[in-house]
Amino acid sequence: MTQRLKLSVLRHGPLLTTITIFLLAYIIGAQLYPAMQRPQAFFNLFINNGFLLILGIGMTFVILTGGIDLSVGGVLALTTAASAALLNLGVSPLVVMPLMLVMGTTIGLGLGCLIHFFKVQPFIVTLMGLFLARGLAYIISLTSVTITDPLYKYLALTPIYLPFFAKAYIYIPTLVGPALLVVAVYLAYFTRFGRIVYAIGNNEQSAALMGFPVGRTKILVYALSGFCSALAGIVFSISLLAGYGQFATGVELDVIAAVVMGGTLLTGGVGNVIGTLFGILIEATIISILQYNGTLSSWWTRICVGVLTLIFIGIQSGFALRKKKS
Amino acid sequence: MIVMADPQNLITVSGVSKAFPGVVALEGVEFTLRKGEIHALMGENGAGKSTLIKILTGVEQPDTGSIELENTAISIRSPHHAQELGISTVYQEINLCTNISVAENIMLGHEPRRFGGICWKKLNELARQALARLGIELDVTQPLGIYSIAIQQMVAIARALAIASAKVLILDEPTSSLDATETARLFAVMRSLKQAGIGIVFVTHFLDQVYEIVDRVTILRNGRFVGSFEIAALSRVELVAKMLGRVVDELQALAHDKDQVESQSDKGRLIEASGLGLRGALEPLDLTVGVGEVLGIAGLLGSGRTELASLLFGIATPDSGSLLIDGQPVTRFSPQALIKRGVALCPEDRKAEGIVGDLSIRENIILGLQGRYGWFKFIGRQKQTEIAEKYIKLLGIRTPSPDQLVKNLSGGNQQKVILARWLVTQPRLLILDEPTRGIDVGAKAEIQKLVLELVKDGMSIVFISSELEEVVRISDRIVVLRDHVKVAEYDHAVSDRTLMQTMAGEA
Repeated sequence: MTQRLKLSVLRHGPLLTTITIFLLAYIIGAQLYPAMQRPQAFFNLFINNGFLLILGIGMTFVILTGGIDLSVGGVLALTTAASAALLNLGVSPLVVMPLMLVMGTTIGLGLGCLIHFFKVQPFIVTLMGLFLARGLAYIISLTSVTITDPLYKYLALTPIYLPFFAKAYIYIPTLVGPALLVVAVYLAYFTRFGRIVYAIGNNEQSAALMGFPVGRTKILVYALSGFCSALAGIVFSISLLAGYGQFATGVELDVIAAVVMGGTLLTGGVGNVIGTLFGILIEATIISILQYNGTLSSWWTRICVGVLTLIFIGIQSGFALRKKKS
Repeated sequence: MIVMADPQNLITVSGVSKAFPGVVALEGVEFTLRKGEIHALMGENGAGKSTLIKILTGVEQPDTGSIELENTAISIRSPHHAQELGISTVYQEINLCTNISVAENIMLGHEPRRFGGICWKKLNELARQALARLGIELDVTQPLGIYSIAIQQMVAIARALAIASAKVLILDEPTSSLDATETARLFAVMRSLKQAGIGIVFVTHFLDQVYEIVDRVTILRNGRFVGSFEIAALSRVELVAKMLGRVVDELQALAHDKDQVESQSDKGRLIEASGLGLRGALEPLDLTVGVGEVLGIAGLLGSGRTELASLLFGIATPDSGSLLIDGQPVTRFSPQALIKRGVALCPEDRKAEGIVGDLSIRENIILGLQGRYGWFKFIGRQKQTEIAEKYIKLLGIRTPSPDQLVKNLSGGNQQKVILARWLVTQPRLLILDEPTRGIDVGAKAEIQKLVLELVKDGMSIVFISSELEEVVRISDRIVVLRDHVKVAEYDHAVSDRTLMQTMAGEA
């Protein structure tokens, strides 16, 4: 039994570490800035960073297969720019939103096909996807375009007051990330697709010899990430009520850092979306501490994330080495 | 050949050929697997066993020939398709995923569902039952990676059998990582499967096991079909003789060369190993190599000959005994340290371990020098070409120019480039592990001739080969290995029949 417990700790060690780091960061923040003790401060993490969570979920699946998707920020920006342009042309938001999701999924599908059929490195393919998508966003408009659509305004500005917490509120788009997380957990643990994603990340050749549809699964994973990017783009454009090619520049690296902090190995096969949630919460907490401080440069976010990620990778290797020994 | 539509036939392979760029892997292979039989597939390295298995499991498609399953022509499109047809395989290197649970490794692909999602409770239960049928009990919810290779092997078999319609089970060297008890357990399982009418293809190089469990055997050599035999009607020596084959002897002439150089081979000892061994790889053995001597190592695949080469070259560190070079003990075992002491190794798998196909002949040869001089010493282009041309001429490498890419050369010429690469470093001991494998008879003769010329110049050579005539022809002394043990040492006058008997364990 103790052996089992030990194995279980080693297995879930990285996730527990991530959760601990998040709690520590939040407690430190709350000590420094009492404003962070309000429940609303916690919900703000989700309000402000919901799009990161959505991107992170797609990215987690990609990284679990051993791949990488650098195109997410580009697809997000393209989605905001294209939505803004279409809405200003008077197209119904009920058409625009599904259209954007189809667009994102198609881009991901295309990148996935290039990676699988032409055996090109995911890094290169998705980097080109990033350039392409961001470039297209600037073709649509060189400046930020404001969205005036009533439905978008309604979604952006209507708070939902939460039960149990006095005066705590979120917005409708804030719910998208957590809802997607539930779907992602189901996808990862209760579907053949999810389990094959893990198998591929461990050993692609073995997965193929076990009779799994490796190619199809890999393509679908990039399509899923494209879908998530477009969904994040919709959420982003709702919260800012604007579309612009420069939105979320460099976000792909923040997302990858969060996924890694969440315990997902870049080599694939190990990790989960719950870890990614906490990885993103850590980033969000650091951002919010710096905002409460007000005097520090926003670059401190990156510095903290960098240092924490390095520490985390160290701890993770420690667990991996221990596991090998036992 | 007309194949009778015998209802007992499970798989009938006829006239199957398969070529890969530059090499014919299979040519006109025939193979019949009956219901409820255990059928061994045997042959040395490069015989085509793996290719045949890849064709049966849908990894590769044959160029010509037909495959029938229960007397119906089929084409196996993919591993997934093979499984659907009822052909399950356990590969030599266990092809499972170590990060997911044991239960998933067994059941995934045909997992039980509830409300559209995986029903974990039932999945774990079914996996437990599948393992119980093999007499194994373990926590199926743990990741596969925490268990030993032997257990993983059993899990792989459980997966192969969990596919409800499995009619054919292919076991590719399943016992190479199992100990005696585990092997016995596997054999018990194989026997009960045989009772149930499943046809088992059993690839192995352990002769004892073949005679213990197999009904019939099909032998391949150099991609060609040698024959299928009832095991009861085939003696061990006959089996080994058929596996190794007897090369039509246009090489006989070389024997005379051997007699001429023989007198030179007594200039003292270069290598002295006493009690050199590594647990699990090689039982402790004594070995000497004289200056200007060819020491032949004979033994079947898996007998420990490659392990011996790795010890002598420092790839592995022995855990017992000592190795002296020129009377000085070797204290640090690493290829780098032993290269400095003048040892060189041409590995068995030249594609994976010896050659850089995308570089030119010149660059490959210079790599050897660079290794010796260090990375920062610049060797001028003209000097490089000079060196390359010298060795191309010396070894008779057939190429239009030194700048030809090595991957475009034939197997024999590639082997010569590797030799050249080591020769530029002027080693004192050259270990050749299967230097003539997969190359044609003419090139073989040239390489053998070269070996004899090198020892004339005082180089010592350890010559490892499964082609006995070759070993007998050029070696001064021959060490025979069997099942990781040195079983005999002969002088060069030994007959290849005696050698064969020693290798087969009948002497």
